Amino acid sequence: MSDAIQVHPEYNYKVIRQFAVMTVVWGIIGMAIGVLIAAQLYWPALNFDTPWLTFSRLRPLHTNSVIFAFGGCALFATSLYVVQRTCQVRLFSDKLASFTFWGWQLVIVLAAITLPMGLTSSKEYAELEWPIDILIAIVWMSYVINFFGTMIIRKVSHIYVANWFFGAFMLTVAVLHIANSMAIPVSLTKSYSLYAGAVDAMIQWWYGHNAVGFFLTAGFLGMMYYFVPKQAGRPVFSYRLSVVHFWALISLYIWAGPHHLHYTALPDWTQSLGMAMSIILFVPSWGGMINGIMTLSGAWHKLRTDPVLRFLVVSLSFYGMSTFEGPMMAIKTVNALSHYTDWTIGHVHSGALGWVAMVSIGSIYHLIPILFGKAKMYSIKLINTHFWLATAGVVLYIVAMWASGITQGLMWSAINADGTLTYSFVESLQASKPFYLMRFLGGVLVVAGMLIMAYNVFRTIKGHSLKEPEFQPDAQAA
Amino acid sequence: MDYALSGSIYTVVVFVSFIGIVIWAFSKKSKANFDEAEKLIFDDEPQQKKQESKVDE
Repeated sequence: MSDAIQVHPEYNYKVIRQFAVMTVVWGIIGMAIGVLIAAQLYWPALNFDTPWLTFSRLRPLHTNSVIFAFGGCALFATSLYVVQRTCQVRLFSDKLASFTFWGWQLVIVLAAITLPMGLTSSKEYAELEWPIDILIAIVWMSYVINFFGTMIIRKVSHIYVANWFFGAFMLTVAVLHIANSMAIPVSLTKSYSLYAGAVDAMIQWWYGHNAVGFFLTAGFLGMMYYFVPKQAGRPVFSYRLSVVHFWALISLYIWAGPHHLHYTALPDWTQSLGMAMSIILFVPSWGGMINGIMTLSGAWHKLRTDPVLRFLVVSLSFYGMSTFEGPMMAIKTVNALSHYTDWTIGHVHSGALGWVAMVSIGSIYHLIPILFGKAKMYSIKLINTHFWLATAGVVLYIVAMWASGITQGLMWSAINADGTLTYSFVESLQASKPFYLMRFLGGVLVVAGMLIMAYNVFRTIKGHSLKEPEFQPDAQAA
Repeated sequence: MDYALSGSIYTVVVFVSFIGIVIWAFSKKSKANFDEAEKLIFDDEPQQKKQESKVDE
């Protein structure tokens, strides 16, 4: 059975390999920038009094590189892989696929140049200026055409549920990106939003929250629905539930944006509506999480020996945790305490590092040996080391931010008998300082894990290929 | 048609279609299709070790 795991010659694996490797590269760079700016909050001198090294310019570079470079490459790699494997057909167009890859890398490089220069539209997670926005739209279209084109020419009758999630993710992101990026350019590097005032804010957070809901959730749920059952070697717990999960999630997520604008100039009813929809969102989120975790029922023992599966399943636990925390924080009274504090940063990172990064890392560990025709990763032990570094790092990070955020919220809203503020801002900053060190250490652990992953991936790619005749992957001691 | 009315109609339409989706997903007719679909992730493996049966414990 030496041909058990073969390099499928009929599929386009080249573009998947490119995106998979770049996922690791951008992951390290994006997270390392995060660690740098975390360090700057503790040691402010680390900006070296250089404008392009200041927190204000590097922070959008960090968010853009982890979301769109790391997360984006992971999504391209997995979606284009899954659509080929489950439709049993080669990609619709190899040329479009390389255009998507190189176009996306160009976008990332342009972001890495313009953001430190201070060129920004100032819209969170959509900071890039209009020429880059247009490039993103074109590259995205090439991706959408290729993905749906592949589904159209599929050789099987069904469309596997993962593809539904991937499809919804890419269509919605196209709509969100184009609508939110509408701007009037005044020069090559400066534009003004087409919308004004509260409408602009609402459009921005309709985009912003659905960047979370569709880019960082629906896309990665597509990943979950393929790689969790595949790695566990058994079909998903309930396919029915996955169908209901899909329709419930995509019809609800789009309404949750206003919870980013509680107690602002946004009309009160819109805030309350956003709150109500955010709370309801808890139901499909947990439905999906349970569906993923229960896929392991009857095979829990695999978690003991398979760190890749452990990455995938723990990512779902973090997903469950942050999709409980999110609706809770969207409640206006809770939001009054949590908004603008580090609690929000902690929440984002339990989703981003715990859910998005871990499910991507698990999927990439699954993919690398298959894509490069190897029996398995170079070292399973190092995957395990990475797993514990990542888990410890994320926990350290979010605990630090919870503590810091709740402290800030309480101190900022403390009022004396005569109505004056009890604490100055600097006092709350001093209270947060030890937690900023703790958060930095958590980040260091996460990046250390990513470096181990890079080494492991490098050794796997350089290692012996399956094709060599003496290699018998299935010949265990049996 | 004013905004409140169109909003109400839209809400009812979405609610009814969601109920429809749930009924469809849990109908007996869909079961066979779903059983086929959920195996798609293993179908293109050339006679591999295959997924273990659901009761391997």
